[in-house]
Amino acid sequence: MSILALELPPVSHLFDWPTIWFDGTFFAINKTVLVYLAATAVTMVLFGLAGRPRESLVPAGAQHVAESGVNFIESSVVMQTIGPEGRKFMPLLTTIFFFILFSNITGIIPIVQFPANSRMAMPVALSLLVWVVYNVVGVKSQGVGGYLKSSLFPPGVPKFLYVIVTPIELVSTFVVRPFSLAIRLWANMVAGHLLLATFAILSATLWDFFYVPAALPFVMLLFLTVFEILVAFLQAFIFTVLTAVYIGGSMHAEH
Amino acid sequence: MLSLLAQTAPGELVDGLQAIGAGLGYGLAAIGPGFGIGTVVGSAISSMARQPESAGMVRTTMFLGIAFIEALALIGFVVFILLLP
Repeated sequence: MSILALELPPVSHLFDWPTIWFDGTFFAINKTVLVYLAATAVTMVLFGLAGRPRESLVPAGAQHVAESGVNFIESSVVMQTIGPEGRKFMPLLTTIFFFILFSNITGIIPIVQFPANSRMAMPVALSLLVWVVYNVVGVKSQGVGGYLKSSLFPPGVPKFLYVIVTPIELVSTFVVRPFSLAIRLWANMVAGHLLLATFAILSATLWDFFYVPAALPFVMLLFLTVFEILVAFLQAFIFTVLTAVYIGGSMHAEH
Repeated sequence: MLSLLAQTAPGELVDGLQAIGAGLGYGLAAIGPGFGIGTVVGSAISSMARQPESAGMVRTTMFLGIAFIEALALIGFVVFILLLP
């Protein structure tokens, strides 16, 4: 692609990474997989360090980060959407939040500079996990019939409107929810990575050509980098909130 | 115009139309969510200003609403990437 006489690489060059180890096998590892492994390791080490027994009551370091993260999830996700009985989902929600956050934030970490969630596999896997969890929770707390009835036949709707409402609810509850969860996370990360790459290429090309105007896209690049930190937090938060909302919705029948 | 079209190779014409369609498609898909997010955030800000004590709940609900609306714009963005020649 060339835009304004700039040679931009095709989109796939920004997201396809060659295999590093175990080429051709099922366990092939490339940059995306490495970032995911690093995100998993960072999450585990953070909570492992925070959870070990110690004498001091004043939290510091990893313990402080983990405790404020847990408090944040409890006060602004679980309490606002599910209520006190949602506390048993705290481990799931906290893990999802920190894993997505750590694999998003690599988009702006120097040298790595690749948000791993801009590949579709892990968002799909996470949203399928969420799909299984909220359906199982719904069946467990309301029974199969009660769960189907409360999710397919919302009360307070005139009888004849069920002809329209039930198919819409069927599609939106069981098909569109995991799809839109995955698409939201993935597309936000792709968009952010494309923007950063575009402005980086623009300022590099202008730097080769003439020094002064390269400052303009570079300032924009700095601004977008800060914006991407916000997006990484916000997408992790939104994924967690929506998970909590879906779980809460299938725990209590609407009335 | 027609003679200009006749001079281009058929593949180029298809590519060009595809690029135009992709750009127009994303632009059109961004209109509705733009209005929607504006309405949601505006109402959320005015209700937070009226009742600052309910700001936490309003903020969570606002992010939820934004997330639902934003999905439409993002699907437009996905179509844009898929349509690029």
